[in-house]
Amino acid sequence: MAEVLVYVDHVDGAVRKPTLELLTLARRIGEPVAVAVGAGAEATAPALAEHGATRVLTADAPEFADYLVVPKVDALQAAYEAVSPAAVLVPSSAEGKEIAARLAVRIGSGIITDAVDLEAGDNGPVATQSAFAASFTTKSRVSKGTPVITVKPNSAAVEAAPAAGAVEALAVTFSAQATGTKVVSRTPRESTGRPELTEAAIVVSGGRGVNGAENFAIIEALADSLGAAVGASRAAVDAGWYPHSNQVGQTGKSVSPQLYIASGISGAIQHRAGMQTSKTIVAINKDAEAPIFDLVDYGVVGDLFDVVPQLTDEVQARKG
Amino acid sequence: MSLRIVVCVKYVPDATGDRHFADDLTVDRDDVDGLLSELDEYAVEQALQIADEADDAEITVLTVGPEDAKDALRKALSMGADKAVHVEDDDLHGTDVVGTSLVLAKAIEKTGYDLVVCGMASTDGTMGVLPALLAERLNVPQVTLLSEVSVDGGVVKGRRDGDTASEQLEASLPAVVSVTDQSGEARYPSFKGIMAAKKKPVESLDLGDLDLDADEVGLEGAWTAVDSAAERPARTAGTIVKDEGEGGKQLAEFLASQKFI
Ligand SMILES: Cc1cc2nc3c(=O)[nH]c(=O)nc-3n(C[C@H](O)[C@H](O)[C@H](O)COP(=O)(O)OP(=O)(O)OC[C@H]3O[C@@H](n4cnc5c(N)ncnc54)[C@H](O)[C@@H]3O)c2cc1C
Ligand SMILES: Nc1ncnc2c1ncn2[C@@H]1O[C@H](COP(=O)(O)O)[C@@H](O)[C@H]1O
Repeated sequence: MAEVLVYVDHVDGAVRKPTLELLTLARRIGEPVAVAVGAGAEATAPALAEHGATRVLTADAPEFADYLVVPKVDALQAAYEAVSPAAVLVPSSAEGKEIAARLAVRIGSGIITDAVDLEAGDNGPVATQSAFAASFTTKSRVSKGTPVITVKPNSAAVEAAPAAGAVEALAVTFSAQATGTKVVSRTPRESTGRPELTEAAIVVSGGRGVNGAENFAIIEALADSLGAAVGASRAAVDAGWYPHSNQVGQTGKSVSPQLYIASGISGAIQHRAGMQTSKTIVAINKDAEAPIFDLVDYGVVGDLFDVVPQLTDEVQARKG
Repeated sequence: MSLRIVVCVKYVPDATGDRHFADDLTVDRDDVDGLLSELDEYAVEQALQIADEADDAEITVLTVGPEDAKDALRKALSMGADKAVHVEDDDLHGTDVVGTSLVLAKAIEKTGYDLVVCGMASTDGTMGVLPALLAERLNVPQVTLLSEVSVDGGVVKGRRDGDTASEQLEASLPAVVSVTDQSGEARYPSFKGIMAAKKKPVESLDLGDLDLDADEVGLEGAWTAVDSAAERPARTAGTIVKDEGEGGKQLAEFLASQKFI
């Protein structure tokens, strides 16, 4: 069976969930071969093997941390040349998309970004994408070269599928551009202890209606009662009430959880673009005419300062 | 020596309009009003600020797009850019991102540049990969997704707020940068700016001017193919209740019925 390259997103060897989802999708079109680079690359192997990677190609060098994007493109290209895969799959993070795009141009291939599903087809893998703020669903293919496809988080279930996962060293020759953009310093984001926004099964978001940074404690309390991630609209972020890294929408994160709870959010098109594919949508808004109610499975017209704390108490009571 | 800045701007269908696909599954540009992509206004703004800081700078705004895309160029000129280049050719219809990057790279080389500034993503395609592709094709550093940017002494610096960390980046010019909507509000064109824009030069280029063949671009030359586009079925109308004091409890009941609690 043809091999499919899967680029591994990991933090010091801890594989991030979207990569495990990619392995599920990769197995639909071939045998997954993982490519992990940077500090901790080899430590990714057990998790990758457990989820279907037949081989794990690893490389580490200071360049991966010290310079932006290009060293990783060089590594993925080296893997591509070593494996001659039927397709290359990359997680759809901002960096993943850039790596994938540059690889595509180098190998003379087309690229599809932000796929939400992937199947085998007669003319190569068929990717499902959402367009125009998720109001359309398209099916597309790469028609020239080896398909390079980036896939959004929460696009497939993580499945155990034990495979050999043999670690092999990948020889990487860095290109002239590899050291073009220096990472002068890096400040890791502080962990909140809550689930990752893009990976969470439940997201609880607050908007302008939350009316102040201090009031976000109400949103956080509900999130914590449900084991959810916290999101925010751009209005709330622009007001300085919540960090930009939690923004949901076109210029923030795109989320697709099992449950999305919007409080004090009107539902502008740019916000919808980032949450419309959520499975179940719930909204609390005091304006019955707010467009968010067009999307909801369940909506409460009311003041979030009454409804949200009552909901939190009730959730806690039911959990006992 | 003058700092030559090229800003790539895209003309897109209004996101608040009823956007859809044409029969050939390309973005329909006839039935929805077009405008300068809001995310590219941030690119124009940062270019203007960089130019202000430089001793001597010239800003060219560049677009690849249909006839109407001139509106986007005019808007950028009225914000304060100096001149514009419009790549326009019937054979470009249906060009995908790989093709667009080829055309833009050729046009940028022809124009001459020290710094290319892009938006973080186009509001219609929302791929956010074009700046990286330009850097690859132009063989210069990519300094992308910046929420803060400055240029000093032939070096571009900026802050990239990533998924897991915030990074300070640095590269020598020439380089390609892209800026996010966190980089600072874009200015509104002044009346004076709008009047001045009418007299600023807009150069038109076609594929021949860029030594490109029709079969390298367009729908036929595309590296990807869209086989189908279907409108997402409207979400089935949900239950909406008015809070009469029990709204939170009712909501909890719903969540329990869906097994979320
Ligand atoms: C290029 C571009 C990109 C953008 N990207 C994004 C993006 O990524 N994400 C994003 O979210 N937006 C984005 N926006 C902004 C978007 O257009 C909206 O302005 C924004 O989403 C509005 O946020 P909001 O719903 O919190 O605020 P508003 O629209 O002001 O809505 C607040 C809502 O809260 C309700 N409310 C007020 N008080 C209460 C209360 N006590 N109880 C209950 N309800 C209450 C009100 O009825 C209202 O419906 C973008 C815009 C542009 C132009
Ligand atoms: N047709 C185009 N003409 C000029 N610039 C473009 C075009 N398409 C994309 N860009 C630039 O590339 C950025 C990212 O676009 P994209 O990768 O399509 O999301 C945009 O913000 C623009 O700066």
